[in-house]
Amino acid sequence: MSDTFDAIADIIAETCNIDRDTITPESHSIDDLGIDSLDFLDVTFAIDKKFGIKMPVEAWMKEVNEGRASTEDYFIMANLAAKIDELRAAKA
Amino acid sequence: MRLEYFQLVDRIETMDPQAGTVVCRATVPTESTVFEGHFPGHPLMPGVLLLECMAQTGGHMILARNNYDKMAFLAQADRAKFRSFIVPGDVLEVHSKLTHEGSGYAVCEARILKDGKTVADAEIRYRVVPFPSPELREKMLEFVRSVGHTGIA
Repeated sequence: MSDTFDAIADIIAETCNIDRDTITPESHSIDDLGIDSLDFLDVTFAIDKKFGIKMPVEAWMKEVNEGRASTEDYFIMANLAAKIDELRAAKA
Repeated sequence: MRLEYFQLVDRIETMDPQAGTVVCRATVPTESTVFEGHFPGHPLMPGVLLLECMAQTGGHMILARNNYDKMAFLAQADRAKFRSFIVPGDVLEVHSKLTHEGSGYAVCEARILKDGKTVADAEIRYRVVPFPSPELREKMLEFVRSVGHTGIA
């Protein structure tokens, strides 16, 4: 598991009061972990701050709403970690 | 303030949307039915309304920063502190500063001063989304002009 996955799993566990052991790379942050929109805003803020990035959640949701992507592409934990790594690499 | 219309800010004193700063002025009305219940014989400005006052102040700056294409909705308040009693007739200076701007949300640190002393402060988060209706946008523009921000079309 990547450092990024561990970092965001720690953030989600603390922010959303979820048992850290239940968060796996295969977990869907919305469907499996039950993170609602307000908690997700909190999580996004914490991730943005930790990595110095701006997660383009609006653009992601637009893609999902327009059928150009699925929620799994962005909200499965392993995929979310990969997207964050891309943003970090782009920033470096 | 016009408590019956939930207008908690009277005037935008200074605003720099690019820098993410704003200062508003707000005078607590001398009479309101709010004070009949909060509290009988001891009228105090409710803390939740002071929080709304801070939220509206930062909201004005976020709207301007987004060229009035997006609306800021209160989403979360953290570390809200009400340090002194605020009573009818008090004149308040409300400061807000953008501390983080994310995708679809924004975070501000806000505080209220009375006679130069901080009487309330909080971290406030907003959802920032396209106006859900043209009518709301028009009403907000109308309101913003009325409280002294002239830098809009």
